[in-house]
Amino acid sequence: MHMADALISPAVGVGFWALSLGGIAYSAKKLKDNIEEKMIPIMGILGAFVFAAQMINFTIPATGSSGHLGGGMLLSIILGPYAGFVVMASILTVQALFFADGGLLALGCNIWNLGFYTSFIAYPLIYKPLIKHNKFVFLATLISAVIGLQLGAFSVVLQTYFSGISELPFKTFLLLMQPIHLLIGIVEGVVTYGIVKYVTMSKPEILEHSLGNYSGKVDGTFIKKIVIGFLILTIITGGILSWFASSNPDGLEWSIEKVYGKPELPEKEHTLTNILKSVQEKISIFPDYTFKKDESKDAEAGEEKYPNIDLGTTLSGVFGAFIVLSLTFLTGFILKTIKKKRPS
Amino acid sequence: MNFDREFFNLGYLDRLSYKDTIIHNIDARVKVIGAIAYIIAVLSFPKYAVIPLIPFFSFQIFSIIIGEIPISFIIKRIFVVSPFILFIAIFNPFFDRNTAFYLFNIPISYGILSFFSILIKFVLTVSIIIILISTTSFSGLCYAMRCFKVPEIFVNQLLFMYRYIFVLAEEAMRMVRAKELRSFNKKGLELKFYVKLAGNLLIRSLNRAERIYYAMLSRGYNGNMPYNKRKKLGFPDLLFILIILIMIYFFRFLEPVNSMGRFILRLIR
Amino acid sequence: MSHHIVKFENVTFIYPDGTSALKGISFTINHGESVGVVGANGSGKTTLLMHLNGYLLPTSGTIKIGDLILNKKTRIEIRKKVGVVFQNPDDQLFMPTVYEDVAFGPINMGLDEHSVDFKVRNALEIVGCYDLKNKPPHHLSGGQKRAVAIASVISMDPDILAMDEPSSNLDPKSRRALINLLKSFKHTKIIASHDLDMILDVCERCIVIKDGVVVADGPSNIILSDQKLLEENNLELPLILQRR
Ligand SMILES: Nc1ncnc2c1ncn2[C@@H]1O[C@H](COP(=O)(O)OP(=O)(O)OP(=O)(O)O)[C@@H](O)[C@H]1O
Ligand SMILES: [Mg+2]
Repeated sequence: MHMADALISPAVGVGFWALSLGGIAYSAKKLKDNIEEKMIPIMGILGAFVFAAQMINFTIPATGSSGHLGGGMLLSIILGPYAGFVVMASILTVQALFFADGGLLALGCNIWNLGFYTSFIAYPLIYKPLIKHNKFVFLATLISAVIGLQLGAFSVVLQTYFSGISELPFKTFLLLMQPIHLLIGIVEGVVTYGIVKYVTMSKPEILEHSLGNYSGKVDGTFIKKIVIGFLILTIITGGILSWFASSNPDGLEWSIEKVYGKPELPEKEHTLTNILKSVQEKISIFPDYTFKKDESKDAEAGEEKYPNIDLGTTLSGVFGAFIVLSLTFLTGFILKTIKKKRPS
Repeated sequence: MNFDREFFNLGYLDRLSYKDTIIHNIDARVKVIGAIAYIIAVLSFPKYAVIPLIPFFSFQIFSIIIGEIPISFIIKRIFVVSPFILFIAIFNPFFDRNTAFYLFNIPISYGILSFFSILIKFVLTVSIIIILISTTSFSGLCYAMRCFKVPEIFVNQLLFMYRYIFVLAEEAMRMVRAKELRSFNKKGLELKFYVKLAGNLLIRSLNRAERIYYAMLSRGYNGNMPYNKRKKLGFPDLLFILIILIMIYFFRFLEPVNSMGRFILRLIR
Repeated sequence: MSHHIVKFENVTFIYPDGTSALKGISFTINHGESVGVVGANGSGKTTLLMHLNGYLLPTSGTIKIGDLILNKKTRIEIRKKVGVVFQNPDDQLFMPTVYEDVAFGPINMGLDEHSVDFKVRNALEIVGCYDLKNKPPHHLSGGQKRAVAIASVISMDPDILAMDEPSSNLDPKSRRALINLLKSFKHTKIIASHDLDMILDVCERCIVIKDGVVVADGPSNIILSDQKLLEENNLELPLILQRR
């Protein structure tokens, strides 16, 4: 379920790049504070391990098809969420570069989809609480792998939809993606559990060692921080947007109502083309390009029939907000890092 | 994913990246910036743009020639990755049926235009990445990342990872081959066996990490990875990026081919 | 010169899982000596070498390297004196290029750029691999890897060189080159190996280990021609001696 460059708009790509880099920077910071020097080679080797393990296919029982390991959950279990996320990000980087799996611009999306949800949602909120008393380990692994992948798949659908390149209707795509990834998630959970169990059975000390030194303890407030951070940033962004809107009413077409307006697509099919076209014109970073003028009278007529459809502005507003959000997010991280550095 | 093929590709690309051509010798930072600018420029074209994308192939043509990259390799790679993108793009002609224009009396719908637009963007972006990676050594890329202030821990473990992919992939391959000699299951390993194999590989990997750490310690490792001093960009590097950016700008905003196409279309009508 | 002495006194070592790998080892190696350590698989050779620069610390007994007694505090100092080359060069060459790998030690020693460059160049020239300096380790042959691994250690100017199975996986020509290289070193050398011909060629003294204890210690040509002793330790007479 790697996102590809050709399916995303630059805005979505850049936005998720910012988010993922923020995540990496934050994790790196966390690791640096309490890392063992040994962790660097261990992380690297485990990344190489997952890579090698991904290359081998296995048959999925009862389906006749074959699959391969994802590894996100496994890495989180062995290394804890921060190191797990960083390693997953580097695996995806190598895949993007060497196998052209995904792409450079889509790399941010892919790190987010395949790394973030597993390391920072599924692992701390599902896996950790469930295995507290060393019970339900299988269930914990299974559920967290499934949830992690479900969120990732949903994220793929959202990114595709907001990029507006594919015409695949949101619901259809969602109905395609989620069930497939339910199956993939179950397999991932079973395999992850199997590997961890095999290793703890045959060499109990080896995992204890890597877990023992770096307990994989989740900073419970991290998730809270993210949620609160998003809320604050949304408000700030709203402020910035309304400032833009009031100080420059004719220029930037952003406004709060537009940003938070109804984003659904109208149902009627014959309007879709025009809507999406105008969406695309407004979304694209360089909106001066127009195709319709010369080649299409139909489209021109359509444009006149459905003038000033707000959806385009709405969506471009959402993107704008999204970028601002992400940038602010990143700035936040940076500021935080600087702040933390100063007293020490 | 076929195991041997993937491994071969990785090693093959890696070997390509150590050639000695003008493009190979350009500073990695410059090439990374160029590639990113290129990708963003290509993807920023509206969804129905087909013709204006075509001039962007000139970068590929240029690098394939100068960088001595076998074109068959790039094409193969594109075919391997394409099913997912085809799967998504194929819906466009079905959902977007309004006619954009007539080509020799055949109605061309917006869906068909966007379908081809996606495909071309796909080919352009994938091939530029392959070109980037086959003309830049991995340590060069990591060096560029460091200069771009990507967190140190990320880059350091990325270097380790890359170094040991080759070692572990070979180890895994040996294990799979040993198994394949005993069974003739074509599709993939039985799940039970896969778990054992991966578990074994994981144990070995952790043991290896231990030994590597030992080797690092005995050479004075103190938690910091030493790395090379920053190099200054040379004149060829600056010239290279300047040319690339100008070309990208030209193709993106002046759309030479599109103006021409418009003119011809008008003539036809 | 007590300077480069290696002295083991009743050293025992027990792995965390309870395996007792060394069970009271004592010997003294003098400055400039080159000593072969031989024994069956699992006899404790690698474990012994891991003590030489303090990766493992003895469970009981003492180890003296030069004037220092090995413990947690001194081991950093000791690592500068003892260079260890490992059994598997893949584990030793972890940096992206040959040059960076050989430079890893000198940079960590805090040398300036210029002296680092000098040491790297010198070390690579000694092992005959200077031309490979920009290659990544995974593009090297087995013999080249071994040579670079040795260079990565001698670039730190150790007084004592310890090697674990240096000649394994080498073709006859690379093996011969390695032997000549080792013979040219003036360092104190400690070489663990199953390659008795090499030991005979490079080391004047030989220590036989069995189940974590020293069972023989003496001149190589005497010990390595003792068929009975060797067979008890899963070893065979060196080929040169067999032909007689
Ligand atoms: N990490 C470890 N944990 C537990 N036991 C170990 C470990 N490493 C080695 N051992 C045990 O210690 C003993 C000595 O092993 P060592 O590796 O020193 O032997 P060796 O003489 O180097 O053998 P070889 O010739 O096969 O290299 C063996 O019984 C081995 O099983
Ligand atoms: Mg050994």
